[in-house]
Amino acid sequence: MAETLLQVSGLEVHFPIRSPFLRRRVGTVRAVDGVDLEVARGETLALVGESGCGKTTTGKAILRLIDPTGGSIRFAGQEIADRGSAGLATFRRRMQIVFQDPYASLNPRMTVGGILAAPFEIHRIGDARDRGERVAALLRTVGLPAEAARRYPHEFSGGQRQRIGIARALALEPELIIGDEPVSALDGDIQAQVINLMKRLQAERGLAYIMISHNLAVVSHVADRVAVMYLGRVVETAPREQLFFHARHPYTQALLSAVPEPVPGRSRSRQVLQGDVPSPASPPRGCHFHPRCPIAKPRCAEDVPASRIIAPGHAVACHLVTP
Amino acid sequence: MTLAVRLPDRTGSAAAEAPLLAVRDLALHIPIGPHLLRAVDGVSFDLRRGETLGLVGESGSGKTLTALMLMRLLEPPLSALPRGQVVLDGADLMLLDEARMSRLRGRTISMVFQEPMTSLNPVMTVGRQIAEPLMRHLGLSSREAAARAEEMLRLVHIPDPKRVARAYPHLLSGGMRQRAMIAIALACRPAVLVADEPTTALDVTVQAQILELLGELQREMGSAILLITHDLAVIAETAHRVAVMYAGRIVEEAPVASLFAAPRHPYTRGLLASIPKIERVPAATLPEIPGMVPGAADRPHGCAFMPRCSRAISGCAAEPPPLDPIEPDHRVACWNPVHG
Repeated sequence: MAETLLQVSGLEVHFPIRSPFLRRRVGTVRAVDGVDLEVARGETLALVGESGCGKTTTGKAILRLIDPTGGSIRFAGQEIADRGSAGLATFRRRMQIVFQDPYASLNPRMTVGGILAAPFEIHRIGDARDRGERVAALLRTVGLPAEAARRYPHEFSGGQRQRIGIARALALEPELIIGDEPVSALDGDIQAQVINLMKRLQAERGLAYIMISHNLAVVSHVADRVAVMYLGRVVETAPREQLFFHARHPYTQALLSAVPEPVPGRSRSRQVLQGDVPSPASPPRGCHFHPRCPIAKPRCAEDVPASRIIAPGHAVACHLVTP
Repeated sequence: MTLAVRLPDRTGSAAAEAPLLAVRDLALHIPIGPHLLRAVDGVSFDLRRGETLGLVGESGSGKTLTALMLMRLLEPPLSALPRGQVVLDGADLMLLDEARMSRLRGRTISMVFQEPMTSLNPVMTVGRQIAEPLMRHLGLSSREAAARAEEMLRLVHIPDPKRVARAYPHLLSGGMRQRAMIAIALACRPAVLVADEPTTALDVTVQAQILELLGELQREMGSAILLITHDLAVIAETAHRVAVMYAGRIVEEAPVASLFAAPRHPYTRGLLASIPKIERVPAATLPEIPGMVPGAADRPHGCAFMPRCSRAISGCAAEPPPLDPIEPDHRVACWNPVHG
């Protein structure tokens, strides 16, 4: 296996809930509640789950855009969870993010050239002419013409804007890019173009990706490994094929069976989960999934299941799954 | 709970029957500066009793505008622009005055919107919102209507309907709000339900619940559903027939099985190929449709898909292809269709 680039262990992000008048702490949202993840150089780890499961918060905490309240984040062997902003500066270059909404994540008052040159200015790389060349090269890399640099974000379609967002993330030649639902806002015919672009860039540059997505079909095309989150915890991690075809956690199984397939008339048995995801401000005791779990036993309401390795690279946090 | 999904009968003899809703040459041409945006450009289709017709297309293809025109919900100045016919039970909705249209809306034809939070009234209890159309259209007393509202909430599988009926929408989760919307839309047992992206804002496990619920209610009430979505997988699992829109026109229409098995329009074929599917060995690259949908200003004279089409021939630039039958029950608008 390739060298480990990122190792996250016991990551916690707890937000206080405060009373409206005296600002007293009246509760805690456990958005991320003890997450372990590992990403090797050049691989794609997908982080999947439904809204509120903590996947985006996990991504932002790894980039230190949100401060973790506990746990460890080691990037290329160095601890970054507790560094101040000065200590983070060098790591900021090595980890980047592509956001979901290409309409909200580009400054509408800056030209595309200005947006793409900003990382070089902030990190004091090259002079004005050199930056112009770098911007042109970035645009070429993502399949946009050089004259795009003189135009403003609103002149571009959603797919083109996402290419600009990807170009910006590539500017400082990072080793890890976190994609937070990078294709969710795009139309189907444009999604394929952007997915293919991201895969080509990964192959050319040896990038590692963390792909945060709720779209399991997209994930199945880009991921090497998949981690499934539910209410702030990782419930199952496995290599791509193992996860999609031999999932063991009852939540993963239900999630997969809920994905509609573009094949009409296929009769299959579907597990329809009852109820909604509970609030992370008052998660159920024991296993967070037990109130919706089709096979829950009394013990599941009491003890938090530990994550156990059941096959190489395949870990499951469920009392009822045995190797 | 594991249960087999009961797919509606797709082989029924509904084809011979007169359509419940017949849409003919529906158009919305919007003047924008020097240009005319043909947002909807001659859309015709039939909706038969008890069937689900999927209307699929990307953003800007005109599918939501088509729905809003059917419902007569466009606001001024757009409300003056629609052309064409929408014949429901023998009456052309386009010719009705607002008073008569509002007697049909919610009673004979209803709509479910994508975003349940913005389409529910935040300052009215859920029960009251379901009761309102019952009192207004069916003349129920407020006591009767309240009882029926609870019954509707039970029907859409909302737990503790008594409590939910007294609650305000913000207290409900996304899935519960969408169930409440469906309860409002179906309260008067309308003949036609227009559902615009009813599950797009929902998580996939909740989407499965809502789609199953819609199918169940359709079997029980016999309503016809026009299901508008960009998600072909949702269409594949719930629709009987499907119409594909591109740049304001229907480019292909067929029973769902033939459309997915043998798409005849190059756009449909490209779209089907480009959606990722969960496979043991995924393709290294997904098939792409090059380019993007042309803007209002640079739409070609002929077929709007031509600039992106690998099968374009010389005639495609001259005039837009008509939506003609290529097989019984399968229509395609293409000068050079893919062979079946």
